[in-house]
Amino acid sequence: MRKKSNIKEQKENVKLSPKNIKKIAWLARIKLQKKEIDLFTNQLNDILAYFAKIDEVNVENIPPAYHVLEIVNVLRKDEVKPSLEQTFQTVPQTKGRFVKAPKMT
Amino acid sequence: MSKYLELSAYEIVEKIKTHELIVEDYIASLNDRIRKMEEKIHAYITLTKELALKKAREIDKKIKKGKKVGRLCGVGIAIKDNMCTKGIKTTCASHMLDFFIPPYDATVVKRIEDEDSIMIGKTNMDEFAMGSSTEHSYFGPTHNPWDLGRVPGGSSGGSAAAVASSMATLALGSDTGGSIRCPASFCSTVGLKPTYGLVSRYGLIAYANSLEQIGPITKDVRDCALLLSCIAGHDPLDSTSVDTPKKDYLDFLIDDVDGVKIGIPCEFFGEGTQEPVEKSVWNAISKLEELGAKYEEFSFESLHYALPAYYIIAMSESSSNLARYDGLRYGYRVPNKSYDWNTVFSKNRRLGFGFEVKRRIILGTFALSAGYYDEYYLKAQKIRTIIKRDFEKAYKKFDILIGPTLPVLPFKIGEKINDPLEMYMCDVDTVPANLTGLPSISIPCGFSKGLPIGLQIIAPPFREDLLVQVAFTYQKNSNYKVKTL
Repeated sequence: MRKKSNIKEQKENVKLSPKNIKKIAWLARIKLQKKEIDLFTNQLNDILAYFAKIDEVNVENIPPAYHVLEIVNVLRKDEVKPSLEQTFQTVPQTKGRFVKAPKMT
Repeated sequence: MSKYLELSAYEIVEKIKTHELIVEDYIASLNDRIRKMEEKIHAYITLTKELALKKAREIDKKIKKGKKVGRLCGVGIAIKDNMCTKGIKTTCASHMLDFFIPPYDATVVKRIEDEDSIMIGKTNMDEFAMGSSTEHSYFGPTHNPWDLGRVPGGSSGGSAAAVASSMATLALGSDTGGSIRCPASFCSTVGLKPTYGLVSRYGLIAYANSLEQIGPITKDVRDCALLLSCIAGHDPLDSTSVDTPKKDYLDFLIDDVDGVKIGIPCEFFGEGTQEPVEKSVWNAISKLEELGAKYEEFSFESLHYALPAYYIIAMSESSSNLARYDGLRYGYRVPNKSYDWNTVFSKNRRLGFGFEVKRRIILGTFALSAGYYDEYYLKAQKIRTIIKRDFEKAYKKFDILIGPTLPVLPFKIGEKINDPLEMYMCDVDTVPANLTGLPSISIPCGFSKGLPIGLQIIAPPFREDLLVQVAFTYQKNSNYKVKTL
């Protein structure tokens, strides 16, 4: 989307247009209506302008902390255990024993 | 109001065990209280009155027969509506899940049930726990019991309001960026966010996994210690749950802060901190000093960046977490049958999610997108490392850190709802504990013009015992007593 030259200068310039917002929302599979796009454009740009504050921090040679704990892979013995009782109660649209999905295009 | 409703959970358990109180009577009086107050406060999304009475009768029978009973025997508890309850609607205060009936119980729900507590209902919250006021609920806002025109804080606002108005004796909340401590502070209750990994998140509907924990909201510190002792502990169903030795936090109700070293980060009293808040918190610090603790102010510069780093991480995680809501296997689905996949998904998500959820998903998607990932998400995670290291440094010198829970007093309903950024600013003092996974408690430390103020204490990892001890000492020795309406 853009070059990684001067990050600070660029971030301050990050401003989402209504078109950008529509596109990002679509990537997240949310079809926004025009009035929502209008409302979000200012609000989201205000928030992004605030986020630019993090540009002041020098993070050279600092590793990211994706988790605060030392996360280890947890494995259990390969034994058969009863699985969660399958329930169709939560499924909004069904046909017989099946979850009804939308048509393919 | 029945005199039993004013009692703490600890006292109620004692009275029930000694046959002084019949569980059914007490639960019936809680239900009566709800009948009177709920209309004004709207703390609950779902009430489980009949189930509660049935369970009460079962426990009464157990006691009559002299059978062994649990540590929360008979106590009426409210559960935030983002924790799964088998067979009972769990909505997350969202249209997306307004008919969702989970086929299983969250581990915490199981644990408190095993201790013979009684669920009173599922409480109101900000949709998917995204908010600081409980105004972002699909079912409408909860009102602060101390001033009905004001917010109860959020996102666990229903839980705190229920306890504060004696519509429940105990409550469970969840805290991703302050969602237990903020409403605890605004409603004059005690709220504790445990160390990340102390309490199982299995069955907690995820918003931002690396930040959130379930914890107690209670009338006093003793109840907080009691409930925490019941829910803490390793759970194989949550791979981030930590296998630490089990503690009984009631053992740490010790009236002693002699020699405790308190660090006061100046940044906790930054721009935007209201004067009555600052004054009350300093009065509490002076009180602790009088009781033998020592304090020192220091500069904790990286805290300036905690709020933006928190929101970037939380939004990014939420955009990924909430991708699961497509409306096929569960959740809201548009009725039209002729649409294709993409149209169905995107319509379900537009209509199923509220404004705040959509804002966070969109910004999170943006922060994780190609070309922006490094500058937002990755950078925020690096700042998280810096803040974590700075806390580690601080704890070499201090036992605990203290500050206000929120910089502001409870605000009016509608006051901040149209300015998301201003709402986020409320979390400035609570998010550092989530970014670093540290345990933190909010306890009442005063009122200003009838509005509650909270004191926040943050301890090193897995030192909830120290939080309990300091909070208990303050509560015991201050003029201010925890009160409920």
